[in-house]
Amino acid sequence: MDDCDEILRELEPYLDQELSPEAWRSIHAHLHGCLDCLHVFDFHAELRMVIARKCREDPLPPGLLTRIENCFGTVDLEESGTAGFGEAAPA
Amino acid sequence: MADRAHFAEQALPLAPQLYSAALRMTRNPSDAEDLVQETYLKGYRSFRTFAEGTNLRAWLFRILTNTYINIYRAKQRRPEETELDDLQDFYLYRRIGGIEEALAARSAEDELMDVFTDDEVKQALEDLPENFRLPVLLADVEGFSYKEIAEMLEIPIGTVMSRLHRGRKAMQKALFDFAEQRGLTAPPAPTPSDEKPDTVVETQTEATHG
Repeated sequence: MDDCDEILRELEPYLDQELSPEAWRSIHAHLHGCLDCLHVFDFHAELRMVIARKCREDPLPPGLLTRIENCFGTVDLEESGTAGFGEAAPA
Repeated sequence: MADRAHFAEQALPLAPQLYSAALRMTRNPSDAEDLVQETYLKGYRSFRTFAEGTNLRAWLFRILTNTYINIYRAKQRRPEETELDDLQDFYLYRRIGGIEEALAARSAEDELMDVFTDDEVKQALEDLPENFRLPVLLADVEGFSYKEIAEMLEIPIGTVMSRLHRGRKAMQKALFDFAEQRGLTAPPAPTPSDEKPDTVVETQTEATHG
């Protein structure tokens, strides 16, 4: 599998870590000897990292954690006051 | 069987991740907050069904995704299945891959990081139609596998892959449009490269919004 077009078709599953170990090794070997393909793979690996970093840095709204914990208390109260609610199946 | 007493301690540290994902899904801080709260409520109620030792993060993201889809689909009445324009493969690379060489002084990694602002990247993702946005979010931001995404979205793995492929290209086009608006597509210094991004013929198509 040394044709660049074939290698490039596997770019996404390669970066997604969804290839079999043999397919992964074959691409890895090609990239070792093909600068053009390596550039394309590097670019997309970097882009993936940029997207991941920039899309997960939203600060939590103040008070959200407290509101969530208060919900837990409400659930406990509800369930303790409701006979037969949520009974587990016998083991 | 997981003990509810430990739920808060184990699950709450994941709140920032869940909230960011909820923001990308709902595109609205108030809806995102409701979605996260609902997710924790459901998680707390059903924590007894969580198999200890398995992946709590994937379990919570599955609840988050299901809750979002149910609320979203209830609002929409019918699921949005928007199609995307067929774009060229490696859309962004073909157009700005050369920027790195033009700015050779710094590492390529820092450059691509600096080309786009946080808001632009978030916007590019949030502007994808829902059926493409969720797979791209779950794969590229949250790092879930095809199989996990297929289970969360209840679609076949092949559909996950094709939606990722098309969604990623559409996101790259949106990023390119941002770069172009800010004049970043023309490198500040000429390079010996024979690939000139501005000579690429671009089809003018408008993204459809449901």
